[in-house]
Amino acid sequence: MPWLVRRLATVVLSLGLIMGGTAAIAQETIKVAFIAPFSGAFAANGDAWLKMLTYAMNNVNARGGALGRKFELVTFDDKIQPAEALIALKAATDQNISIIMGGIGSNVAAAMVEGVSKYNQRNPRNRVVYLNVSALSNELTEEKCDFWHFRFSANVRMRVATMVKGLPADVKSVYLMNQDYLYGQGVAADTKRFLGEWRPDVKIVGEEFIPLGKIKDFSSYVPKIKASDAQALLTSNWGPDFNLLMKAGNEGGLDIKYYTFSAHLNGGPRAMGDGGGNRALAVLEGHDNMGEETGNQAADNWVKGWRATGAEFDFPWVNFQTTWDMLAAAVTKAGGTDALKVALALEGIEANDVYGKKNVMRKEDHQLLQPFYTAVFTKPVKYDSEKTGWGWKTQSGASLPDLTFPPNCNMKRPSGS
Amino acid sequence: MEIILISLLNGFVYGMLLFMLASGLTLIFSMMGVLNFAHAGIYMIGAYVAFEISRLVGYFPALFIAPLVCAAIGAAIEVWGLRRTHHNGHIAELLFTFGLFFIIERGVQMIWGMLPVPYRVPAVLDFPLFTLYGINFPAYRGFMLLVAAGMLLGIWLMLTRTRIGLIIQASLTHPNMVSALGHNVPRVFTIVFAGGCGLAGLAGVIGGNYQVTEPSMAAALGPIVFVVVVFGGLGSLGGCFVASIIVGMVQTFAVVVDVSLSDMLGGIGTWIGTKNLLGEILSVPVARIGPLLPYLMMVLMLLFRPRGLLGTRDT
Repeated sequence: MPWLVRRLATVVLSLGLIMGGTAAIAQETIKVAFIAPFSGAFAANGDAWLKMLTYAMNNVNARGGALGRKFELVTFDDKIQPAEALIALKAATDQNISIIMGGIGSNVAAAMVEGVSKYNQRNPRNRVVYLNVSALSNELTEEKCDFWHFRFSANVRMRVATMVKGLPADVKSVYLMNQDYLYGQGVAADTKRFLGEWRPDVKIVGEEFIPLGKIKDFSSYVPKIKASDAQALLTSNWGPDFNLLMKAGNEGGLDIKYYTFSAHLNGGPRAMGDGGGNRALAVLEGHDNMGEETGNQAADNWVKGWRATGAEFDFPWVNFQTTWDMLAAAVTKAGGTDALKVALALEGIEANDVYGKKNVMRKEDHQLLQPFYTAVFTKPVKYDSEKTGWGWKTQSGASLPDLTFPPNCNMKRPSGS
Repeated sequence: MEIILISLLNGFVYGMLLFMLASGLTLIFSMMGVLNFAHAGIYMIGAYVAFEISRLVGYFPALFIAPLVCAAIGAAIEVWGLRRTHHNGHIAELLFTFGLFFIIERGVQMIWGMLPVPYRVPAVLDFPLFTLYGINFPAYRGFMLLVAAGMLLGIWLMLTRTRIGLIIQASLTHPNMVSALGHNVPRVFTIVFAGGCGLAGLAGVIGGNYQVTEPSMAAALGPIVFVVVVFGGLGSLGGCFVASIIVGMVQTFAVVVDVSLSDMLGGIGTWIGTKNLLGEILSVPVARIGPLLPYLMMVLMLLFRPRGLLGTRDT
C-alpha cells in the first residue's frame, strides 16, 4: 500500500506542478521596474508618477500589450537618494527584471546611468536597459551619455529654449531661483546662455540656489525677491520646493509673474490657487486642454479617461504615454525583453504622441526629440486643474526642428550592436 | 532695510517654535539625563493628532486636546519604558528613546501614509495681519508668537511660583538631595517628561500647518532641536531661549546674505585665494550653506565652551 500512496502522490504533485506552471506561463506579464521616491519629501511625486505611468501602461495593455503579454509595473523605493536607487536596482535585477524605468531626480538618474552601465559590464548575460522618463539634466545625454540609457523627455536645454523663445517682449527683469543640484544648476546655466543669445534686453536682477527638498518655509525669500524689483520669477523648482514657494509667495502677497518649469505638476495648481491666476506660466509637453484647443478628439478622450480614474491632478507628462507606446513597439520588434535587442529596437524609433505629433528617439544620444510648449494658468478653460477653477492654455510653442540641438555624445557601443 | 525687519520677524517666529520644542527637551535632559531622541517624534504625533481633531471638531479644541494626548503618551513612555531602563544606565535609556523614534515614525507612516496631509491654517486666522513694505505678515504667525509667549510665561510662573516648580528646579541640579529630603522624585520625573512631551505636542499643533505635516517632519526638525539644546546649555531654560532665537535668526537671515564667508573675511583684511579647497568652501555664498550654519555653530560651541551659553552642567 505505501508504494501505491507514494506513486499517487508523485503523479498528483507532478500534475499540479505542470498545471500551475502552464497557468503561470499563460498569465506571465512583462515586468517593468519603476524606481522612484515613495517616502520622504518627494513621496507625493513618486506616487503621482506611478499613477500616470499605470494609466499610460493600461492604455497599451488594452491594445494587447506586446507579444500577447501585458506589461506590469513593479515599484522600488529610492527615497530620492542615489545610494538607495542602486540598492533598488540590485533588487530589481534579483527579480530578473530587464527593463528599468525611473527619472525622479537628475542626481539619482546620473547614479543610475553609471550603475546600470557597470552592472551590464559585469553581467553580460543579464543586462538591463534604463528608461528615463523625467530626469532632465543635459549631462545624461551628453557627458554622461550611455548606450543603455534612454531619455524619454525633452532635456533642460530644450525646455529652457522653449521658455526663452516664449518670453513675452515686455519682460525686462527676471529673478532666477533653482534647486542646488545637477538639474537646477543646468537650468540656470542654460537660462543665462539663451537669454544672452536671444534676449539681451532682459536683465537678471537676482539669482538663488536652494537646497533640494530641505526648505519648508520660503517666506524668507519673499522680501528678497520683492526688493530686487524683478518683473518675473524664473524658477525650475519642482515638487515640494515649488508648492511651498508658491504658498509663501501667496501668503506674502508677492505681485510678480511666475515663469516656471513645474507649475503644472501635482500639487502646483493647488499651491498657486488664485495667486497664480494670469500670473503663472509653465513650460510643458502638453496639458489637459490641448486636445480641445487643437480639435484633437483622440487627445480629448485620453484626458477624459485620465480624469475618470479619479486622479486629483492633471496628466501633463504626455511623454509617459509615448514611452509606453515606444516600449511596446520595441519589445515587439525585439521579440522579447532582452536588453540589447530592446535597446537596438528603441534607437531611432518614431512614434506619435497623444496629440499626433511625431516624436523621435535619436540614435546618437538616446534623447527624445519632441515639440514643446508654454502655457498660462488662466480661466475659463474646459478642464480646470486640481479643482482650482483655473487651468492651462497654450501660449507659445517650439517645434521638433526648433528644439533639435546637435548631439554631443561619445557613446561606447557594446559588441554586437 | 525691509528685508532685515521682515527676516527679524520671521526669524523670531521660527525661533519661538524651536524654543517650544527645545524647552521640553532641555528640561527632560537636565533633570533625568535622558536625551530623548523621540522628542521630535512626539512633535510629529502632536501635528497629526491636531490634524485629525481639527477635521472632527475644529482647530481651537485641537490646541488643547493634542498637547494633552502627547503628555499622556509621554507619561506612558516614562512609567512603562524609561523607569524600567533607568537602572541600566543612560545609554540604555538613550537607545530606548532612539528605537522609540523609529517606531513612532513608522507608525505614523502606516496610519496616515507617506504623503503630506492637508493640515491647514484655520480660515479664521488666515489673513494678513499687517503689510510691511508690500509684504504681508500672516496673522497666523502672530498667533504662533502669542501661543509661544503664553507658554513661556506659563512655564516661568509654574517653575518659580508653585511648589512643584520649586521641586523641579531643585531636581534639575541636585536630584539626589531632593530625593533625600523625601520628595517623590520618580513622580517628579514623570511629570516633567509628560510636561516636556506636552510642550512638544503643542509645538506640533502650531508648527504642523506652519510647515508641512508629513512623516519626514520629525527627522527634519530633530537635529536642529538638538543643536539648540547643546548650544544653549543644559540645565538652563534661559540659555535654551537665547539659543532658539539665535538659531532661528541665523537660519532665516542666512537666506538673505548673498556674500560669501571669504568676502566677509576680506572685509577685515584677510584674503583667501580660491585655488585650494578651503578657499572654494569659503567662497560659497552664505545663502547656499545656510542650513549648515547651526551645526557649525554647535561644533564651535562644543570646542570652545562645552557647557553651552548659559549651561550649569557640562555636556
